[in-house]
Amino acid sequence: MRLLIVEDDAEAAAYLTKAFREVGHVADHAPDGLEGYAMAEGGGYDVLVIDRMLPRLDGLSLIRSLREQKDETPALILSALAQVDDRVKGLRAGGDDYLPKPYAFSELLARVEVLARRRGAPAAEPTTYRVGELLLDRLAHRVTREGQEIVLQPREFRLLEYLMKHAGQVVTRTMLLENVWDYHFDPQTNVIDVHVSRLRSKIDKGFEHPMIHTIRGAGYMVRDGTL
Amino acid sequence: MTAPFEAPQRKRSKFLPTLFRTTAFKLTAVYLVIFALFAAFVLGYVAWNAQRLLSDQIRSIIDAEIQGLAEQARQGGIRRLVNIVERRSRAPGASLYLVTTPVGERVAGNVEAIPPGTLDKTGESEIEYARTSETIDTPSHAIVRVFVLPAGFRLLVGRDVEERDRLGAVIRRAIGWSFALIFVLGCFASWFVARRVLRRIDGMTETAHGIMEGDLKGRLAIAGTGDELDRLALNLNAMLDRIGELMAGMQQVTDNIAHDLKTPLTRLRNRAEEALRTAKSPDALRAALDGAIEEADNLIRVFNALLMIARLEAGRVSDTMADLDLSEIVSGVAELYEPLAEEAGLALVGDVAPGLHIVGNRELIGQALANLIDNALKYGRPQDGGEAAVTVAARRVGEEIELSVADRGAGIPEADRGRVLDRFVRLDDSRSQPGFGLGLSMVAGVVRLHGGTLRLEDNAPGLRAVIALPAARPKPVETLPPPGSESSTAAPNPAGVPSL
Repeated sequence: MRLLIVEDDAEAAAYLTKAFREVGHVADHAPDGLEGYAMAEGGGYDVLVIDRMLPRLDGLSLIRSLREQKDETPALILSALAQVDDRVKGLRAGGDDYLPKPYAFSELLARVEVLARRRGAPAAEPTTYRVGELLLDRLAHRVTREGQEIVLQPREFRLLEYLMKHAGQVVTRTMLLENVWDYHFDPQTNVIDVHVSRLRSKIDKGFEHPMIHTIRGAGYMVRDGTL
Repeated sequence: MTAPFEAPQRKRSKFLPTLFRTTAFKLTAVYLVIFALFAAFVLGYVAWNAQRLLSDQIRSIIDAEIQGLAEQARQGGIRRLVNIVERRSRAPGASLYLVTTPVGERVAGNVEAIPPGTLDKTGESEIEYARTSETIDTPSHAIVRVFVLPAGFRLLVGRDVEERDRLGAVIRRAIGWSFALIFVLGCFASWFVARRVLRRIDGMTETAHGIMEGDLKGRLAIAGTGDELDRLALNLNAMLDRIGELMAGMQQVTDNIAHDLKTPLTRLRNRAEEALRTAKSPDALRAALDGAIEEADNLIRVFNALLMIARLEAGRVSDTMADLDLSEIVSGVAELYEPLAEEAGLALVGDVAPGLHIVGNRELIGQALANLIDNALKYGRPQDGGEAAVTVAARRVGEEIELSVADRGAGIPEADRGRVLDRFVRLDDSRSQPGFGLGLSMVAGVVRLHGGTLRLEDNAPGLRAVIALPAARPKPVETLPPPGSESSTAAPNPAGVPSL
């Protein structure tokens, strides 16, 4: 995956490029908004990571300019402004995701990977998701594992659906809260963990291999445990 | 605190120039000029009219006399005319008469001197003259008229206008005096008014200086007259109160940061230091780093919460307010916490009326509700095997929507209910639970931003937190039956008031 990091703080940028390269991605860096725009326009990036406050051209204007040029490269906005209305403004400008500073790298990585994957994905979502023997039918609202039907509550179904849609990718707790519940506030406690462990008890109990894995310090991932 | 700008120097000795610069003085001066001009106009008009009236009267007398004398001359010839003129001339207070030959020689009359050429002009003119009995040195004014008799004789009849001129002089003097009086009175009045106003303004300025120099408790004096200065003082006082509140809030934030953020920072530092000093294995170091990151994450959360509260108190999130289905949010958040409640051995009971709408921010309302439910789950465990339930309810009460989270725990003593809304306040019994003491402050901020009220009540036993928010005006669309329901059973609701 090729990434462009537009960030004026040299230290933060160096940390990010190094971290992304360590996990096997190609990461370029632009120190200000204009250069970032020029590099992004050159194309070839899968995801743009853009700081909101940049010299010469601010992050939101950068994204807006790209969108006007019909450049739909997924963009994630990093911002020290973490209030509800700032996030809305960021998304309105054409950003695809918004992450307040300071952030955990694992959170950023998970979100960037989801954005990159979304780019390659077909426009229409498939009607079924399959991970190993686990099958989720979105139309019939049915989940089976090794042929046995598993009865899920509607919210559990949506939780599993999101996890399976991003099978093989790390999904963080905040991503689950935002995408399954559509909440963007701090729930104060480990609510998501409790929901996942409930789901896990239905999906994994009685089977040899777990499907829902906890990724330490990051979140969760659905993958076929037999592999 | 130092004043951010130089306070203007005040000099008592320059009181008078200050007085002249006051608005009250300037206004009075302007009124004075306008009034004086108006008075001058009125008096001038009266004088002019009076003079014109008198002149007209004089003219009609002259006309009548000329007509009478001309008639006499026509009937009895010049001789008769001369006789009559001689007789009339001698009467006291007589008019002016002069009869001359065609070449201008005086035949009869009581006029001694007239300006040359007067007799050549027939008709009316105003001249200086002298009577026969008087010296020529003191000429008087008169309106005269010359009439040409048959055979070229001329008859001049006139009347003295001294009376008219005297009246004019009297009025002119009156104008002069009244101007002087208006000026003196006006000066005195404006000085008096300006001094009164100035004294109050000076009082205000003095208070303001005191406040700038750091006496934030100072307030402007209210005279109790209810005039514009009083209203200004009241408004300024209200503004000062609000500034005071904000300052106190900021002071509190600073104190909080000092006390409550330094503690975890110290812990973080100690932990790192200890790991450096004692940890031998990479695993031990890793564990120490994990701990440090967790500590840092907690600090970030505290910071975010503090910033959010500060922002809520500044009232700056209102541009993302929209119509919200509160019932949906309450049910959703309750559902989010339901497994957590179950894990804590509590039943989360929802009692939410459908179709409740408010104008607000979905995330903020969700956050407030989440904080209340989180608190209830943490502190709402029944003391002595009572009913282990947390009730989340939403219903409409009049023009408001009441949102409540009630538990059966220890509750909050009445004396502490105001205090717990402050930042970082944690009651002693709660210290065993994780948390920062910011949850309720945040709820209070959200509620205030939405124009609602937050009440903490005794649930006997336990705590009931009640948020009352103004209900949104229902849109007509919302009264349509939901899809699938039989439209025939839906009562017509033209007023658009949702039935509860």
